[in-house]
Amino acid sequence: MKSIVPILTVVAAIVVIWYGAAVWMNAQWAQDQAARAEVELTFSELVTDTLSQERPRLPAPHQVLSELWGSTVEMKVTSKRSLIFHGWITLSATLLGFAFGTGLGILLAVGIVHSRAMDMGVMPWAIASQTIPILAIAPMIIVVLNSVGVTGIIPKAIISAYLSFFPVVVGMVKGLRSPAPMDLDLMHTYSASKGQMFWKLRMPASMPYLFASLKVGIAASLVGTIVGELPTGAIRGLGARMLSGSYYGQTVQIWSALFAAAILAALLVGIIGIIQRNTLKRMGMAQ
Amino acid sequence: MGTWDVKKPVIEAKGLDLTFETNDGPVQALKGVDLAIEKGEFVSFIGPSGCGKTTFLRCIAGLETPTGGTLTVNGMTPDEARKERAYGYVFQAAGLYPWRTIAGNVRLPLEIMGYPKSEHAERVEKVLSLVDLEGFGKKFPWQLSGGMQQRASIARALAFDADILLMDEPFGALDEIVRDHLNEQLLELWARTEKTIAFVTHSIPEAVYLSTKIVVMSPRPGRISDVIDSPLPKERPLDIRDTKEFLDVAHRVREGLREGHSYD
Repeated sequence: MKSIVPILTVVAAIVVIWYGAAVWMNAQWAQDQAARAEVELTFSELVTDTLSQERPRLPAPHQVLSELWGSTVEMKVTSKRSLIFHGWITLSATLLGFAFGTGLGILLAVGIVHSRAMDMGVMPWAIASQTIPILAIAPMIIVVLNSVGVTGIIPKAIISAYLSFFPVVVGMVKGLRSPAPMDLDLMHTYSASKGQMFWKLRMPASMPYLFASLKVGIAASLVGTIVGELPTGAIRGLGARMLSGSYYGQTVQIWSALFAAAILAALLVGIIGIIQRNTLKRMGMAQ
Repeated sequence: MGTWDVKKPVIEAKGLDLTFETNDGPVQALKGVDLAIEKGEFVSFIGPSGCGKTTFLRCIAGLETPTGGTLTVNGMTPDEARKERAYGYVFQAAGLYPWRTIAGNVRLPLEIMGYPKSEHAERVEKVLSLVDLEGFGKKFPWQLSGGMQQRASIARALAFDADILLMDEPFGALDEIVRDHLNEQLLELWARTEKTIAFVTHSIPEAVYLSTKIVVMSPRPGRISDVIDSPLPKERPLDIRDTKEFLDVAHRVREGLREGHSYD
């Protein structure tokens, strides 16, 4: 319970700074409007105006919250404006991409650990792949896949996998190599096969590393999916909500989509954290 | 397996050399090591660090490859013996896999060597009681003390039918009281299982107390400087360490170690 005080303090500080910034950033527009209407604004009128504009530069927290509330709880999920609907579109592509990325990451790590050629040949490319801005490569992936008839959820999932496989490769290579020389020697004294060495030593030893990577990977997956929704003129998904919001100057809509994405990411990372705790506890690796 | 006759030593080294290539040039870890270990012996290797005692044990286990001379285990090369699962190896640290229970760790060699599943539980129970760990099978390693973990690792090396037990300073990291207790237990276990034991240590009392034969080694290059056949009886209570025979052997070991040092 002691930790609740510092947490709330930080949250309060953020809210205060946010309100202050909203007043400051939206004041110009309010002043301009007042000047056009040839009226003088008192300070309190100015503040009220800056916090209730329809298209503010920076929407106030309560505006974002009420938009979030309105487009989730108070709206049917079948509505084209429901954030639950858009969130689900993004979530499904994220999960599929995460599954692709994790699978690919584990396979590559297994190859890298077992083959020197793959270690030398694959790792540099994996690193290089992450230095290319995803925004640059996402449209190309979508266009290329579209031209061969792959549309819908798959292209987005591939972009999402493109971001999420990397932390899994790095973490799993480290994890599969984590057994100490003595652990490996023990296996040698049993004349264990490579397969036995893998399933009975390397794989279980890598579990803590895998889960750490999965937490990074799932967040990267979500970012990848949203980026995949941006350049394609997609009309569904959180990325599409952000994009259409920016077309029409609907800053409140952009911010609420942003928050929806952040909440979604927090939930996903939290779920992995729970699975991690339970799994490691069952394995005896967490005390 | 049946081709070597019973009289032949279980472990036999002749002119064994091992040179490691390092960045600072070659290091001679073993030079001209001659040794024969008979069936049922308890042989200790003692010497300062760098004398090659652990390296020699690893050669027997086929974990290192000698660069010269011959070495046979049960009449085979160490590699063949390893594939025949001729020995159990106990390391300096317990090295239990943290994701396996104690029973799971003891079961590990059985799983790998393909012992029938129906035998697992019985064998695990048997060796856990040999090392006084009945009832601890379901615990995870971190729930046990260091001494208990090391006992579990000995149980793991006993779980399968190997006649040879190779032990590399298994009690080095434990305190004196626990070590005394484990030494007593180890002798008991040796008497009961009739295994051939090769035991690396840097403690003189431990070597003298446990062994039928003490191999004193010296460093640079690693070689044998003395082999002492112990005159002590097989039955050894802890207070045998205060007898004259015991102190005489200990003295000779100490002399051997000093001699080895005077070379450099």
